[in-house]
Amino acid sequence: MEKQFFFDADTPDPDRVDGRAKVTGSARYFAEYTLPDMTYGVLVTSPVTKGRIKALDTKAAEKAPGVIAVLSHLNKPSVPGYEAPPAEGRGPGMRIFYTDKIYFNGQPVALVVADSFERATYAATLVRAQYEKEEFRTDFDANLDKAVAPRAPGAAEYKRGNIDAYKNAEVQLESEYFIPTEMHNPMELHGILAHWESPEKVIMYAKTQGVKATQQTVTNLFKLQAQNVQVFSEFVGGAFGIALRTWPHEVATVMAAKMVGKPVKLVLTREQMFTMVGYRPQAKQKLGMGATKAGILTGITHEAIGQTATYDEFTEGIVNMTKFMYACPNVNTRYKVLPLDVCVPIWMRGPGEATGAFALESAMDEMAYRLGIDPVEFRIRNYAETDPQRNQPFSSKYVKEAYQMGADKIGWSKRNPVPGSMKNGDWQVGYGMSTGVFTAGRGGATVRAVISDDGMLLLQSAVSDIGPGTGTAMVKIASDLMGMPFEKIRFELGNSSLPPAPSQGGSSTLSTVGSAVNDACLALQEQLAILAGQKTFAGKTKQDIVFSNGRIGLKNEPASAIGYAELLRQNNTPAVEVTKDSRQGEAARKYSIYSFSIHFVEVNVHPATGVVKVTKIVSVGDAGTIVSAKTAASQMIGGAVGGIGMALTEEAIMDHRFGRYVNHNFADYHVPVHADVPHVESLFINKPDPIINPMGAKGMGEIALIGFSAAVANAVFHATGKRIRSLPITPDKILQTKAV
Amino acid sequence: MNFEYVRASTAAGAVSMLAKQSDAVFIAGGTNLVDLMKRGVVSPMRLIDINTLPLKEITLSGNKVTIGALALNSAVSEHPLVIKHFPLLSYALKAGASQQLRNMATVGGNMMQRTRCSYFYDTVMPCNKREPGTGCGAMQGINRMHAIFGSSENCIAVHPSDMCVALAALDASVIIRGAKGDRKILFTDFHRLPGNTPEKDNNLQPGELITHVEIPVNAFQQHAYYLKIRDRASYAFALVSVAAALEMQGNKISKARLAMGGVAHKPWRLTEAEAFLKGKEATETNFKAAAALAMQGAKAYEHNSFKLQMAPNAIAEALKKATSKA
Ligand SMILES: Cc1cc2nc3c(=O)[nH]c(=O)nc-3n(C[C@H](O)[C@H](O)[C@H](O)COP(=O)(O)OP(=O)(O)OC[C@H]3O[C@@H](n4cnc5c(N)ncnc54)[C@H](O)[C@@H]3O)c2cc1C
Repeated sequence: MEKQFFFDADTPDPDRVDGRAKVTGSARYFAEYTLPDMTYGVLVTSPVTKGRIKALDTKAAEKAPGVIAVLSHLNKPSVPGYEAPPAEGRGPGMRIFYTDKIYFNGQPVALVVADSFERATYAATLVRAQYEKEEFRTDFDANLDKAVAPRAPGAAEYKRGNIDAYKNAEVQLESEYFIPTEMHNPMELHGILAHWESPEKVIMYAKTQGVKATQQTVTNLFKLQAQNVQVFSEFVGGAFGIALRTWPHEVATVMAAKMVGKPVKLVLTREQMFTMVGYRPQAKQKLGMGATKAGILTGITHEAIGQTATYDEFTEGIVNMTKFMYACPNVNTRYKVLPLDVCVPIWMRGPGEATGAFALESAMDEMAYRLGIDPVEFRIRNYAETDPQRNQPFSSKYVKEAYQMGADKIGWSKRNPVPGSMKNGDWQVGYGMSTGVFTAGRGGATVRAVISDDGMLLLQSAVSDIGPGTGTAMVKIASDLMGMPFEKIRFELGNSSLPPAPSQGGSSTLSTVGSAVNDACLALQEQLAILAGQKTFAGKTKQDIVFSNGRIGLKNEPASAIGYAELLRQNNTPAVEVTKDSRQGEAARKYSIYSFSIHFVEVNVHPATGVVKVTKIVSVGDAGTIVSAKTAASQMIGGAVGGIGMALTEEAIMDHRFGRYVNHNFADYHVPVHADVPHVESLFINKPDPIINPMGAKGMGEIALIGFSAAVANAVFHATGKRIRSLPITPDKILQTKAV
Repeated sequence: MNFEYVRASTAAGAVSMLAKQSDAVFIAGGTNLVDLMKRGVVSPMRLIDINTLPLKEITLSGNKVTIGALALNSAVSEHPLVIKHFPLLSYALKAGASQQLRNMATVGGNMMQRTRCSYFYDTVMPCNKREPGTGCGAMQGINRMHAIFGSSENCIAVHPSDMCVALAALDASVIIRGAKGDRKILFTDFHRLPGNTPEKDNNLQPGELITHVEIPVNAFQQHAYYLKIRDRASYAFALVSVAAALEMQGNKISKARLAMGGVAHKPWRLTEAEAFLKGKEATETNFKAAAALAMQGAKAYEHNSFKLQMAPNAIAEALKKATSKA
């Protein structure tokens, strides 16, 4: 049965299915679970940045009241998986408590387990370690010459046409951009609760973006049977990428639980959130751009160096967008990583693309001003109708419409384009815009659907929901297909025993799991039709059957309709169950499938104090069908808030004499507060993508952030004539930068 | 770490409890002390809870308003006497911390809060204030938030309070109870410069309790402004702040009170700028000249040179705002 795009803007938008649980506190996060006989783990961390542990004295800690064990490299239980060779293209990884080696400041060196959190915290202060210090490198700027080509295949270089063609262009631009290390800092602290129910079976309550991924990692490390490793993560209090891998402290907790034979719960401190769960790596970028006087791009060279760790390689798509965003005949990119004695980074919302878009979209703005062409018009002149990187069509792209929509909404044409020309009292006013793009992916997932004779539809899949509203969107898809009200449908997730689904990351959950929900519902319809056919619809074909109002019936014959529950009861069938695996077909490979975003902002800049206020935001998403308008708008709002942080306030600052962060808390690491965020206007093209999946819906978690920081920087330039190429744009930078 | 917790019910009782044990400290709102204990910066053996002392009143008698040391920051900022007589104090309080913190924080605790210098907070790093003799981590380190006035080779930390900047400008006094009775000192003499004893933030002696702050009634209501420049719109410490309080006759300044925050180990009163402004027209030129006077002797470090520009801008801007008020 071929499904047409079913989304209909007129069908009601569900409230968040878990909204009530979240605001009333009944939603349970990993740290809120307790198990009988539970114990508490607290980490002791290294104040040294590189070297080895010479001596570790745990006696005093072991004797402290309530302490059950102190785990370290001296007494750890064996972890068979630590002996396996590292995955290709990566370093050995951080095998916690494996040796006496110190790779970075803040690395865990011991784990104290006690009968209360307070006692474990106190005992952790009694562990005495002596270190043999080695010279270390943490200073990114000072070590740029030590950057190397990444081991990851294909990441280092890209070329189309001539190398560095911009150098021969009529109008040229060469600019350098910097973004600092940014911490994910979700409200919920990271950690895990682990319990070995038997020597072969472990259960975990985790903060993870992938229950299956956590299950896999622990299965491999401890050489267990996958069904004996159970991971629960029903609610996650924000992640932004921080929970995309199983971190050393999680493995340490599983080890500790094995050692003490009791459940162990470990929750990091906010300070530890800065040192052991990754971050958006700082990066230096160089953009060379060439254009004709008429504003046609002739060459772009994009070079980037991103930070990584000495013990593990991390790469991301900083230069990706440059390869295909504009119809430019000559493009080349070079990407390097700089290994330092720091914790390994991890993808953070909009990962490398957000970093790269800051450079590319700032450069586009710089070039537009240099050419004297409106920044929107400049982008349209270089609009890529087809993908210039892969030489194939885009599955769908409505970016021109999106430019128009955003420009109209913010009043772009009414601004005076001359930098520094607009005022609001003492404040300088500026408008800026930018484009964002991210791969719209679709992987494979399995969904089980069970409809029972009480009229309830249960959907199950082992996906996580880190906050975007996955359950809500899935219920909406099923509701539209089955013609059932939201409250009769339940979507169960966050449990590794459910049918497999990939980790929630890279804006692909709706596309991947939503497709499986779609396919499962269609399979269910077939089963219901067969059931109905036995008694009611003899001789009818599928095309004659409709599913609406919770009933199956014949087209144009309302009297024939029968409720699902009644149908099951008539057939003495308590429930019908189907399980469907769904994945992208081969045909989609002929298309380049991306989600796009356009950001317009207005800023006010105070020339005497250097304060920048974002006063208006219009973000337009070109992400195919919008399945759930409410949660989609929330994604755009969250992206704008994160974007304000990236543009104006966020920066993890390290003192390289010590290799330690100096602002590892919420008072000193500034995420935007409400007073920093104006009303966010989020608009959507809302036209289905014909290729990606049955819903025509593309992901949009990443695009909400990608490009945003450039729009702010561009608006600051328009307001002041000051081009600030190093984020965040703090008041001191405004005062210390000269207008051009 | 175990510690004892006791509750005092009278000021005299609190003082004598404190005298009995050298490792004892008062706890008021706890918004600073508890953080410092959690981070291992301080480890008192005994906490004397003073929250039930009858020191929350705000009263007007004669030509001064008296504020109890345990009055909450939020209560002070919203009190009718404060709004009527010292709007500057209300503005400064509301520019500090967050509403939740202000609902816990007290006047005494605010005065006694420790610096937010990262090196003071991180027990792994050197800090002369936390551990005299270990060196100043900030001097060659990340010193973007640090002092440009009155620092010493031992310490370049700043006092983080907003409230105290306003109190310094308003000629307040502090009433202190010790074993031998009460004493009163000028607010501007309460906090210290670091000199050779950066471990001492102020001149409160061991065993003493702040009981009140007194502010003389003035005529600055129409022309008071608190400008706070920070890295985000709320819930951030000042990069630079300026408390400006003026009396005007027409466009002429007859009296000026100015103090700065975020620039020194204590609220930084700008007496020379005040003297300069007395009798001057409220013009941009005069504001800039006053600011230039105030900046004499300023000294920046690697990451805070922007303050040499931001501070005078802030002074001129605060004066502009204060004088343009109805
Ligand atoms: C995240 C964060 C942000 C903040 N931002 C700001 C800001 O922007 N601006 C600002 O001004 N402040 C800010 N603060 C600081 C806040 O104002 C102080 O923490 C608060 O004022 C302290 O008051 P308290 O009553 O809680 O003191 P406590 O923590 O209880 O005590 C602090 C110290 O004062 C001593 N003490 C208390 N009362 C007395 C007394 N009567 N006599 C003698 N000693 C006494 C205690 O012994 C202790 O040593 C912030 C705090 C936090 C945590």
